[in-house]
Amino acid sequence: MSKRRPYVRSMDGWWKKNPFYVEYMIHEGTALFIVAYSIVLTFGLVRLAQGEVAWNGWLEAMKSPLSIIFHLVLLVAIAYHAFTWFKLFPLTTPPVVINGKKLESGLIVRSGWTATIVATVVSFVIVWGIAA
Amino acid sequence: MSEQKIIEIEVLRYLPESDQAPRPEVYKVPFTDDMSVLQGVQYIKDNFDGSLTFRWSCRMAICGSCGMMINGIPKLSCEAFIRDYYPKRISIEALGNFPIEKDLVVDLSGFIEKLEAIQPYIIPKEPRTVEEGEYIQTPAQFADYIQFTSCINCTLCYAACPQVGLNPDFIGPGAMALMHRYNMDSRDGGQARRMEIAASEEGVYNCSAVGYCSEVCPKKVDPGNAVNINKINAGKDYFLRFLSPKGGAK
Repeated sequence: MSKRRPYVRSMDGWWKKNPFYVEYMIHEGTALFIVAYSIVLTFGLVRLAQGEVAWNGWLEAMKSPLSIIFHLVLLVAIAYHAFTWFKLFPLTTPPVVINGKKLESGLIVRSGWTATIVATVVSFVIVWGIAA
Repeated sequence: MSEQKIIEIEVLRYLPESDQAPRPEVYKVPFTDDMSVLQGVQYIKDNFDGSLTFRWSCRMAICGSCGMMINGIPKLSCEAFIRDYYPKRISIEALGNFPIEKDLVVDLSGFIEKLEAIQPYIIPKEPRTVEEGEYIQTPAQFADYIQFTSCINCTLCYAACPQVGLNPDFIGPGAMALMHRYNMDSRDGGQARRMEIAASEEGVYNCSAVGYCSEVCPKKVDPGNAVNINKINAGKDYFLRFLSPKGGAK
């Protein structure tokens, strides 16, 4: 008779056992803050469709201290999500070969950030242009 | 002469014949600065308890046998040095996400089955006879897959992957990297056959891009990248079949 009795270890609390997993869970968790912000914006769009009074009410609500604190929390969480998302960029992108040399991972991360910064600045300029 | 240094090594022991569950046991091991954790474990077996069971062979990070969790991190014990942990205690345990067979030995049969399933050999596009000569490959074509040939099947990436732990049926990073190695080979024509595995429920979509597999890989294979490239390939294979009758998705 076989004396084999392979022991399967529990996965309970696996994500607390390694700082790498903790970072992963925070990264995944901060995606919820992006959902929250998209709900705020969608709600604003609904208020805009309901007319001027509703829209101005929403704008006022956005200026409340509670709303500003909420937005600062969102900003930090979404920035963290972006930071860790770009860190994963080299893992998820197929190799980019230029002149027979594989693009190194640091450059892939930096190009992601460059695109983000350019898109952010362009958006600001457009919005400011419209507002002016 | 300097004083003999002693390190505490805590080993998670499991003797299936007498233990209900694994239990830690601490050994005080004298060591020199050139000693690896594997040598520490060998010292325990030679001097304290001959029943301590573990796998090892080459002692130079080539064979991939001596992987274990060292302070919770999957490592080849032959290239982890005791001096880097001293004076703290070292905790060692069998590789994570695998069933423990005995002490530091895990049951690798699931991994071997996965390895077989991905057909890790060249399936020629057009079989050639000896008279027709060798398959020609350019250095650029060779460069496409060379990185993924470095895998030594040490399974550290499986121990690093929580998705493997949560779903033991997941083909996993190492086998996927090898699958990618053959798919990328210009002499190979087996991608459609392997796609059945890659795109299956046990395939690439179990990966949630934790990325720790690539972090712990002692050979810089980047198995996580292989898995994620094949998510794109499986996606293309699924959607492009509406445009073309080819493709392995069924």
